[in-house]
Amino acid sequence: MPLWLFAFFAIIAVVSALGVILQRHPVHCLLALALALLDIGALFIGLGAEALGFLQIIIYVGAIMVLFLFVIWLLNLQREGLATERIGLKVIGTLAAAALGAELCALLVHAGPAPAAPLPVDYGSLRSLARLLFANYLVAFEVTSALLLAAMVGAIGLARRIPGTNAVAAPPSDVADRLRSAAG
Amino acid sequence: MQAWLDSLIARGAFGPHPSPDLIYGAAIAIACALVLFLVAVPFASIVTWVERRVWARIQSRIGPNRVGPNGFLQWLADGFKHICKEDVVPAEADAPLFRLAPYLVVLAFILPWAVMPFASSLILADLNIGILYITAVPALTVIGILMAGWASNNKWSLIGGIRSAAQIISYEIPAGLAIFPVVLMTGTLSMQGIIRAQGWAPDRWFLFANPFCFVAAVILFISGLAENNRTPFDLPEAESELVAGFATEYSSMRYLFFFMAEWGNMFIAAAIVVTLFLGGWQFPAIVQSPRLMNLLQLATFMLKCLFLVFVSMWIRGTLPRVRIDQMMSLCWKYFVPISFINLLGTAVWVAIFPDGNRFTQWLMLSFGVAVVLLFLARVVAFTRRARMELYFHPTI
Repeated sequence: MPLWLFAFFAIIAVVSALGVILQRHPVHCLLALALALLDIGALFIGLGAEALGFLQIIIYVGAIMVLFLFVIWLLNLQREGLATERIGLKVIGTLAAAALGAELCALLVHAGPAPAAPLPVDYGSLRSLARLLFANYLVAFEVTSALLLAAMVGAIGLARRIPGTNAVAAPPSDVADRLRSAAG
Repeated sequence: MQAWLDSLIARGAFGPHPSPDLIYGAAIAIACALVLFLVAVPFASIVTWVERRVWARIQSRIGPNRVGPNGFLQWLADGFKHICKEDVVPAEADAPLFRLAPYLVVLAFILPWAVMPFASSLILADLNIGILYITAVPALTVIGILMAGWASNNKWSLIGGIRSAAQIISYEIPAGLAIFPVVLMTGTLSMQGIIRAQGWAPDRWFLFANPFCFVAAVILFISGLAENNRTPFDLPEAESELVAGFATEYSSMRYLFFFMAEWGNMFIAAAIVVTLFLGGWQFPAIVQSPRLMNLLQLATFMLKCLFLVFVSMWIRGTLPRVRIDQMMSLCWKYFVPISFINLLGTAVWVAIFPDGNRFTQWLMLSFGVAVVLLFLARVVAFTRRARMELYFHPTI
């Protein structure tokens, strides 16, 4: 990937990421996020990891962004007003952001030049990606799937309608009670 | 072309230190993109005329027959009419997003043409993950449609957009899973690689390779109909309930863009099925000249695709629209589990018969022929009973 092409995509990535946090309307923020994810997919493809890049586009842009949009519409989020959060949140947020920034700076300062060793032949292919997922990191992969499955079963259990009636099995207040009792 | 570029480089049109390779590459890429665009757009437009004629025939009407021979130039007239109309942006709409949305949808319709395997050497880019690339593109369509529905600031548009997006992301799952049996058998994701693994004769097509592949092909075709909002899954544009769905507020060229993309995507869905299951461009090697061979392969590929496009028109003319809950339960309760069974079954099959099984191929082929014969017999019996006159009209 030539440097100018990388710079082009990198600038788009930064600008769209800024768009996510600087815009007022949630839908605009979300579309900026979609652009950022699409752009990162393009960067992956340019760096030789084609399979990963296309999977990023299929999963993040194609499915997860759309679900985010659905949630925004479901909650009927409107244009954000001026910030009214508590001062404590702002202080913590600033501190956390500063710590993250310092960490990134330290990483940039200490990082040496990239290793010059040639890439393996099947670098970025679906085969090598699959070997990583299903051999090297199999346990992590399976644990994540179990976690997602549990979340899905839980969501279905909460939203299930009682057969024959139109009532939801667990109305929202009930859910809150159960969560509270589970936590305490 | 190269001489012209050289003269431009010599005159310093690309700066003091140009790199000729990059400039040639860019010129070739732009030329190919233009050619594809100039093929794809009229193609999608002509399909609208074919569809209207076929549909009219099914409904005992005549259809457009005034502009040009048999109304052939109707698509030009329609395009001209839409260009001449006013491009309205509603006052309450989110104007930049409203304007941008149709371009995203058209972009998503143009992109797959880059990996369409028209013939053994007629392909713009034989990516080693071509089929993954084609599955990634609907992401843009979804974003474009949602953007159109939301930015219009209209309830019908929003409901249409949400329905359409839900439909596309739901049916992407069985469609994606239906692709993988073939990938399992060939071990490649390249479009040309998949076609090369098949033969010209139907018994070597993946459609008949094993029973799981046959089911996968049917699921892929129906998912293709659903992903492109075609009848019987055209709920997002259900005229009787939602005016025109996400396209309600659009007029002029922007409206046309949505419909062009829809008809063009019909061809792309057909081309995916043809590539994966129907042998693609495979044609018996009867001539020596590679150029003539490529032409024959192109004709084979196009004929197979156009036949599937015709089937989808036929379905549109004869089936009623399903309800939204029926559509969703068809996807999640039937197609997704069946696709998983297919994937497992194919994996076992490949483990047992690594080189395929000739007996099953012939059995499946005869099953397919029997289905077609049964269908023809039913048509003949029905027309006899209804005392209908059969007549053939060569010019649709």
